[in-house]
This record gives sequence, structure tokens and C-alpha cells, in this order.
Amino acid sequence: MTNAVEISDLHVSIAGSHVLQGVGFSVPSGGVTALLGRNGVGKTTTLRAILGLVASTGRIQVLGHEVVRWPTHRIVRLGIGYVPEDRDVFSGLTVEQNLRLAESGSGADYDEVFSLFPELKTRARQRAGTLSGGQQQMLSIARALLNHRPLLLIDEPSKGLAPKIVGEFAGVLERAAEHSTVLLVEQNLSVVKRLAQRIVVLDHGEVVHLGEVTDLDDPTLVRQLLGVAGAA
Amino acid sequence: MNIFLVLTFSGVALGAIYFLAASGLSLIYGLMDVLNFAHGLFMTLGAYAGYEVATRLPTSLGAPTLVILAIAGATIAGALAAGATELILIRPLYGKPVSQILITIGLDLAVVGLLMGGFGSTALQIPVPLWLIEPTHIGGLFLPNASFLAIGAGSIVLFGLELFLARTRYGIIIRAGVENREMVRALGIDVGRAFTLVFVIGGAMAGLAGILYSIVFSGDLVSPNQGDSLLIFAFIVVVIGGLGSIRGSAVAALVVGLLQQYTSFYIGGHSGWAQIGDLSTVLLLAVVLEWRPRGLFGRVA
Amino acid sequence: MRWPSRRAGLLVGAVFLGLFIVLPFIGLHVPWVLPGTLDIVNSTGTLEVLALCFMFAGVAVGYDLMFGYTGLMSLGPVLYFAVGTYVFDIALTHWGWALVPSLLLTFGVSLVLAVGLGAIALRVHGIAFAMVTLAFAQAFYFLVESNPHNLTGGDTGLSLSYNRLPSFLSGAVSNTRSLYWIALAFLVVAYLIVWLVTESVTGHVFVAIRENELRLDVLGVRPYRFKMISFAVSSLIATGGGIVYILVIGTAVPSVVASTTVTLSILIMVVLGGAGTRWGAVVGAMVYIYLQQYLDKVGAEPSFTRLPAVLRVPLSEPQFLLGAIFVLFVFFAPGGIAGLVVRRRIRRASATTLLSVFNKP
Repeated sequence: MTNAVEISDLHVSIAGSHVLQGVGFSVPSGGVTALLGRNGVGKTTTLRAILGLVASTGRIQVLGHEVVRWPTHRIVRLGIGYVPEDRDVFSGLTVEQNLRLAESGSGADYDEVFSLFPELKTRARQRAGTLSGGQQQMLSIARALLNHRPLLLIDEPSKGLAPKIVGEFAGVLERAAEHSTVLLVEQNLSVVKRLAQRIVVLDHGEVVHLGEVTDLDDPTLVRQLLGVAGAA
Repeated sequence: MNIFLVLTFSGVALGAIYFLAASGLSLIYGLMDVLNFAHGLFMTLGAYAGYEVATRLPTSLGAPTLVILAIAGATIAGALAAGATELILIRPLYGKPVSQILITIGLDLAVVGLLMGGFGSTALQIPVPLWLIEPTHIGGLFLPNASFLAIGAGSIVLFGLELFLARTRYGIIIRAGVENREMVRALGIDVGRAFTLVFVIGGAMAGLAGILYSIVFSGDLVSPNQGDSLLIFAFIVVVIGGLGSIRGSAVAALVVGLLQQYTSFYIGGHSGWAQIGDLSTVLLLAVVLEWRPRGLFGRVA
Repeated sequence: MRWPSRRAGLLVGAVFLGLFIVLPFIGLHVPWVLPGTLDIVNSTGTLEVLALCFMFAGVAVGYDLMFGYTGLMSLGPVLYFAVGTYVFDIALTHWGWALVPSLLLTFGVSLVLAVGLGAIALRVHGIAFAMVTLAFAQAFYFLVESNPHNLTGGDTGLSLSYNRLPSFLSGAVSNTRSLYWIALAFLVVAYLIVWLVTESVTGHVFVAIRENELRLDVLGVRPYRFKMISFAVSSLIATGGGIVYILVIGTAVPSVVASTTVTLSILIMVVLGGAGTRWGAVVGAMVYIYLQQYLDKVGAEPSFTRLPAVLRVPLSEPQFLLGAIFVLFVFFAPGGIAGLVVRRRIRRASATTLLSVFNKP
């Protein structure tokens, strides 16, 4: 089984702070790998490094290509859908325009996206800035799913959402994971246990645990790696 | 009252020219974080290009045609100069905003020097048709025709720009990029093309502003430093309106243009203090900054 | 080549300083280095040019404190420079004040303006800050040009009223050598001030602000106060430069002393020499003024008229050449002359200076 992502010896410095200190792990094709860790250990930075949004040294292989020096848009065009931590929808544009920007080539599957999130269809002409937090998150995920991309990088999709909606989103991601490889950063352990098969745990910019999601059934290990028991 | 109306009219014309100069600057900064000092240069180049067109083409074409071609030439010259600047000087310095600013300063210095050497530092006169210099008699007022030209051009550009930004794909990319450049990249879009486009659009508008200013407010004279003098007001308009906002530039340009005309006449005329009009714009800037640092329509930093 | 130690740098500086101090006594004829009538080392023309060099070098190093060390790209230093020329001139020779009160008034006005205008400008960051400082400087230009209360002489400018000068000063002003030494003294004082400030704790906070203002804010250090200090000190030094200017040149014309061209020249000097290195600013200023003078003279050389216009026009315009040289430096040597001369350590610092000057909100 090939790997969708392979990282080794990844170092990232931001404003003088050595955020990632030799991170290395693989994301096998198909399925969901969860990237876990306490706040500030470098999970988001890892995703951004893969996308070329921060300068890094080391080895990053994405979908068969070495991408460490590549410009972001070129990396993304290999087939990556990205859901950033803070949604980052364009508030001055309409829902429709936000989605239009996410199109690549002719593979845009609006039917799929609107069946997953019917609300986005009804609000197509609405300015994204006037959407609720949950609706913006829908838009953010819809953007990433629009083109059936082989690799999805998803950063804390459940952050700030009501528990009921979290469940719905988890269902959407489950469906997406049937066709794509997913690297998921998530603090909500119940979501992780539902979606992921493998886990990678970071602490202080280094990988401290590689394993199966079943490892999270051990409360001692969870407390050791992640501090609190996490939202169960 | 008549004087007030005439002043208002010329204030609007001045505002139109400021808008042309400022909106390009605002977009360039909003999308690329580049403070383009060469913008004044683009204005000057536009004016000189217009001069060259008006004086080198055969007079048999007739003065009106010549003026139209001159204005077209100015716009094209501005666009070309800006495009070349972005591709050759700005793009290679991507990621180094300070270096980009510095290089526009150097470019401005160098090319203005070239213009001084090539054309001399004395002002040159663009030949214009008589009706441009004459006023139109409307309702008891004499309104200069040249001002109509400026207001017309400004309105068309404002309309066209808003349409472009709202409807076309590149317009949407630019608006999105002004909001969040990184995310646009993360969607697989090469913002570099948008950068060049924005520079070209800004340059075209700057060239237009340059020649219109010569015609409307400078007695059809072009001189090497005129763009840089105009640039300072463009900067003021951009900051008051809010960096990155076209609407902000439009409103601020109008306000600044009107303010300048009113104070120059009502206060400056009486006290003999000639520069009060110019000074008042800076005072307005200070007031706006105290009250609302991000400008009228700017985003929260 | 790796610069071995600060001591070596201090030694070189001391040697040059010594050379400059005794220069007025050297009557050597150096034909190639100094163009035209300046080819004798201690001729009046040369001394005047050197005095200008020293004066600008002092202003430049003061600007480096704000721009290179603190990361504040102000586009308005000319305002404080012009305050130095005009206020001092008016007080000393038109109102007949004594020397010390005139100096106090000049620096006082400068300080009030720096704090007042600085407070407004520092409400915004980065590009907006640059634009606001530019606008204020431009406003001052408009002000002096309009000749309020017939104080500034408007377009034609204001001359030093020589017969109103206090006696000891009039002796100095009519003697180019004394002016030369006054300018040199100004440079030394300005450099010492900047050196002391940058080496102090305050100076280190400046650098921290330049590198990462947000982090400082989070740590509870109030960056605003320090930025204001940097701004004020830099502005006061510029004012000092203005005072020296009016003594040396004798006339203040708005288009020369109050226009944005001066600001841009200072900026170019600092970047050319190497921002954030102190001595870089000095070298940059001297090179810039020297080039300006030299290129001006060279452009008038008779052999030039034989060149085709395409070559002759650019080569005979000093402004073009200076701009082009600057563009080349920004492209290929962003660390300036200092960056070229002293590799590794300083070059990285200067490059970082240029790259991280703006705080993105």
C-alpha cells in the first residue's frame, strides 16, 4: 500500500521559534489518519508545512512528489482539499463564489456537495460573512470536497460547533473518507475514534506516538499524551 | 452660491482624478502588501505618453481625435509600465515586502531622472482642442469642459471596476486575495497572475489620472515631477478610504477633492494662505486616523 | 572574509575619524578621486562637500535607529530636518535670539512635533504608518512654501542673516574649516547617541519590536513607548542635522530641505550602506553624496557629448544613475555595503532587518 503523504525530518521555524523539530510519519493511502496533541504542539504547522504555507526543511512527499520547495498552489493542484482551522471562507464573496474559486478543471461535483449540505444550496447567493459559524464550516468543508480530491487535510473541523452538528459533520467526513485519504487534526476524541484508523501524536514539535486508534481506549496513555481525557 | 457650485464641480473632478490614482494603489496594497512608490511614475509616464501622442501624430487628424488618442496612449503607457515593473522588479522579490517598496522608490527616482534628462525639467504643453479649454454655460454657471471629461472618465472606471470585481473570475480572485491571499493559494490558484493583473489595472488608471490631471488642473502642462506630487494625495486618499477598498477610495477621493477646493477658496482666498487647501487634506487624514485608524472602509487589521 | 572582532571595527573607525579631523590641513592634489575643482583635498569645495557628507551621515545613522533597529519605516524625517533649518535660522538670525535659546527652541519644537505627530502616526502600522508620516512631512512642506506670517520666505527660501549672527558663530560660519569641524562633531555626537541607545536595554527592545512586536505585547512590554522613544530620538537627530545644514549652506529652500526627496535620499543612504548596522548608514551617506557630486560633474564632461543620445542621456543624469544603482543593490545586495563587506553574521542580520521590518497584523 502506497503512502499518500510521507514526511521525514521536518523542521519548521516561525519567528525565531523552532516549532517542528524533526517530525516524521506516513499517511497510508485510503482511510483516516488522525494527528493529535495538546494545544500548540505543532499540528496545524505540520499541515501548513505540507501545503507549503510555511518554510520548512526536511522531506515531504505528497502523492508521489517531493514538494518541499514547491509553491503552495502547485502542491494543492496535485489533488489536495484543505479545511483550515479557522474556516477562512471569503466573507465578502457569496457562498456560490466561494465554491467557484475551489473548482479545479471540470471535476466539480456540486450535486454531491449540495446533497451533503443542502443549506448551502439555499444560501448560494448569500454573502459568506453573514453565515453562522456552523454554516461557514459547512462551506469550508464543501470547498475541499468539491472536486473529489485524493487527499484531504482537515484541521479541527469540530472546533466551536454544537455537539449535534459535530455528529453530522463526522458523518460527512466518513463519506468523504470512502474516496479520499484524510489527514485529520482533531482535539475531539469521540470524532477521532469514529473516523480514524491510525493516529500520530505530537508533543513539543516531535512525534511521540504512532499507532492505531484503538490505543486511545487506554485512559492512562491518553492522559499521558494529551493531558486531559479529551471530549469523549 | 454660484461659486459654491462651481467649486463643488471642480472638487468632484479633482476627486475623480484622485480616485483613479488611489484605487489602483489601494488594490495593489490590499492584494500584494506592496506600497507602490512607482505609482507616481506611472502617472507621469501616462502624461508624457499622452504628450508624445498628441504632438507626434499628424495634426490632420484633428484636435479631438488627437486628444482621445493621447488619453488612450496615456492609459496604455501606464498599463505597460506597470506590467513590466511587476514582472521584472516586483515578482522576483516576492516575500520581501520592504525590498519591494525600496525598489519602487529606486525605480521612481531613476526613471524620473531619465524623463528629466530626455524631456528636460521644464513643463511641456499638450495641444488640446479649444472646446476642452472652454467652459459650458449651464444654468448661469460656467463649468469647465475638461472637468466633465475627468468626471466622466472617473465614473466609467468606477463602474467598470466594480463590475469586473463582482462578476469576472479574476475579479473574484482579486477580492478573495485581498481578504486572504494564503487561502486563495490553498485553493490551488496561482495568485501571481492576479498580482500582475492588478498592477496593470492600477497602472492604466494611474496613466489616465496623470494625463487628466495635466489637462484639467495643470493647464495642459506635463512635467517630470507631477506624478510624485499627485502621489501624496493619492496616499492620503488611500489611507482615509481604507487600504484595499475600492468603495473607500471613491468616497475618500470625493471628500478630499471637495475639501481641497473649498478650503483653498474660502479660507485660502481670504487669508492669502495659498497652501491651506493642501494642508487641510493632511489635517483630515490626522482626524480620520484618530477616530478610525483603519480608514472609512478598511478592514480590521 | 569574516570580520574578526568589534575591536577591529572600532580601530578602523578611529583611524578614519583621525583622518577626517586632520584633513583640512592636507593640501594634496588627488585628481581622479575628486572631480573638477575638488581635486585638492582641503579645498573649500571639498570641505563643503565633506561637511555635507558628515551632516547627512549623522542624520542617516539617526534614521537607522528608527528604521534599521526598530523596524519603523517612517517616510517623514525631512520634516524634522526642515524644522532644524527653519526654526534655528528664524530664531537666531531673524529674531536675534542668542545661541542657546535658539537651540532650545529648535529642539523643543522638534520634540513637540515628534511626540504629537508620532502619537498619531503610531496608531497604525507598516505601510499606513509610512503613508501617514509622509503626509505630515508633506504638510510641513506646504506650510513653509506658503510663507506664513512672512516667516519662511516661501518658494525662494530663507537665508541665514549673517550680520545678525552672534560674533563667535559668524567667525565660524565664514570659515569653511570650522563648518567642516562642526559637521564632523555633529556626526560624532549623533553616532555616539545612537551607539549608546542601541547598546542599551532600550536598544534591545527596539530590535525585539522589529522582530516580533506581537510577542512583546503579549509579554506585557508596551511596545508603543519604545517606538515613541525611537521615533523621537531619530527626529531630534534629524533636527540637529538641519541646524548644521543651515550653518554650512546658509540658505533653506523648501524644494531642497523640506521635500520628500530628502526623505528618500536618507532611506537610500541607509539601505545602501546597510540597515541596522549603524556604520553602514554612515558609509551609505558618504557614498551617496559623493556619487551625487561626482556624477553631476562627470555628466558635464565634454567627452560625453560625443556619445549617442541613448547612452548620453541616462549617463548624464545623476538621479537616474543613483536610482539604478539603488535598484541593483536592493536586488543583489539587500544587506547594503555593510552586508557585502562583512559576511555571514552581519549580512544575515541586515537581510533579516529588511525582511522583517513590517509587522503584519
